[in-house]
Amino acid sequence: MVFEDVFLAFDQKPLLNGISFRLPRGETKAIFGVAGSGKSTILKLALGLLKPDSGRILVLGHDVTEMAEEELFDLRRQIGMVFQESALFDSLTVRENVAFRLMEEGNISEDEVDRRVREVLSFVELERTIDMFPGSLSGGMRRRVAIARAIITHPEVILYDSPTGGLDPVTSTTIVELIIKQRDVSQTSALLVSHRLQDAFTMATHYFDQKANRMVPMAPNSRKDIPVTFMVLRDGKIIFDGDAQELAASRDEYIREYIS
Amino acid sequence: MAAGDILSRIEGISPSEFVKGKLLSVQEYALLSARSIANLFKRPIYANDMIQQADIIGFGSLPIVLAACFFTGAALALNSATTLSRFGAQAVIGQLVSIGIIRELGPVLAGLVVAGRNASGMASELGSMVVTEQIDAMRALGTDPLKKLVTPRVVSTTVMLFFLTILGDLMGLIGGGFVAAIILGLDAHEYWSNAWQTLVFSDVFMGLAKPIVFGFLVATIGCYYGLSTKGGTQGVGRATTEAVVASMILIIAVDVFVTRFLMIVLGS
Repeated sequence: MVFEDVFLAFDQKPLLNGISFRLPRGETKAIFGVAGSGKSTILKLALGLLKPDSGRILVLGHDVTEMAEEELFDLRRQIGMVFQESALFDSLTVRENVAFRLMEEGNISEDEVDRRVREVLSFVELERTIDMFPGSLSGGMRRRVAIARAIITHPEVILYDSPTGGLDPVTSTTIVELIIKQRDVSQTSALLVSHRLQDAFTMATHYFDQKANRMVPMAPNSRKDIPVTFMVLRDGKIIFDGDAQELAASRDEYIREYIS
Repeated sequence: MAAGDILSRIEGISPSEFVKGKLLSVQEYALLSARSIANLFKRPIYANDMIQQADIIGFGSLPIVLAACFFTGAALALNSATTLSRFGAQAVIGQLVSIGIIRELGPVLAGLVVAGRNASGMASELGSMVVTEQIDAMRALGTDPLKKLVTPRVVSTTVMLFFLTILGDLMGLIGGGFVAAIILGLDAHEYWSNAWQTLVFSDVFMGLAKPIVFGFLVATIGCYYGLSTKGGTQGVGRATTEAVVASMILIIAVDVFVTRFLMIVLGS
């Protein structure tokens, strides 16, 4: 994914002021900034849900700024998104929510759909909720179902919009573990918007042990191998783009205050 | 809201901005309406959703449409009996009720009932989906919300209002017949004979063309206000109210133009 000099204003107030960054394949980039700094907007721009006022955005080799809505539908099938409040469809069961994209494609048998739904629900450890409605689930469970819905088609890129927002610390850790699991098992690229620095630092210092079926800390001298970078926004501009060690060593006053 | 707040809102909107805002709304509504029809010729066609909506809109509205038309037919017969008795012409109540219900009251009443019940339902459902990002999620999952949500509702409302009007017309005539036979003591056979024989092709055609127009208006307006919702739950409430008011007013206003147009076309 490449953002080149992207500008966007709402009601003549600039929100993004010349944003440029790259997301290489297999990397997870955590985006931070104060409320209203444009973090979620970057995710919506990447999906083509919004169009920038100027600039170029390349996703999987396609320029989404030039594509019409109908052309974007095909591209979006290769991108997964987990929304801030899960955005599950209230009138559909968990099974129907998770299988939504498969049902829309229409060329997959019921048995295959069922198999894949159960596979991703067991990945997020929620197979028992398959016939429940979103209204009956807790916040953390809804978030996990949203992750299952995003990953069922094995997308190449996943966009997470505050996946742990509003959750208690224990549930947040569960969600972070799932994100790490998805990163390490499928090697997907990801953009992660978060308000919790500790989530991103956890992702930068842990890996998923498939034998133990849980995340475990990486040895300090091996942490450079984990492809997690950090990006900090301020006043519509990127003031930091680098790894965890560079962030911790930054002498910028704003960044030091932000991470303290 | 304090008087000062109202004044500052009025002062803050220039006439040109107001007009531009309204023109933009009309443009967006026109685009939504056009695309809701155009989607019928593009895959995928959500037939299951159309059938589901037809059940909600058609069968769900049936009792209230039948009740409204029955009592309106009865009231029409009662009121017209008073006037006709002055001329000794009570026997033509059947013709009056028949023409009034078939040409005008049946389609308009059914349209207003469906507007109140279903335009509000569509606006609130789609509005809730907008404020909870479900519409964005649908677009992110590669599905066009207009194809999946709007077109099925437009098709179902247009088709079901057509049939609801037919049944409503029948109930209106039954209501008028009930009053004529039981309350006014007129000959029921004479009532029904007059009601049937007075109808000509233009009456029936007009009465069946109007619900198609009204059904399209109700669904497109309900969906437009729903998808344009802004401002959280308060916005959903506002969109719901505006959808009902707009669809009802438009039904009544468009009725005049459709009636005149059909009168010219049919030469009646």
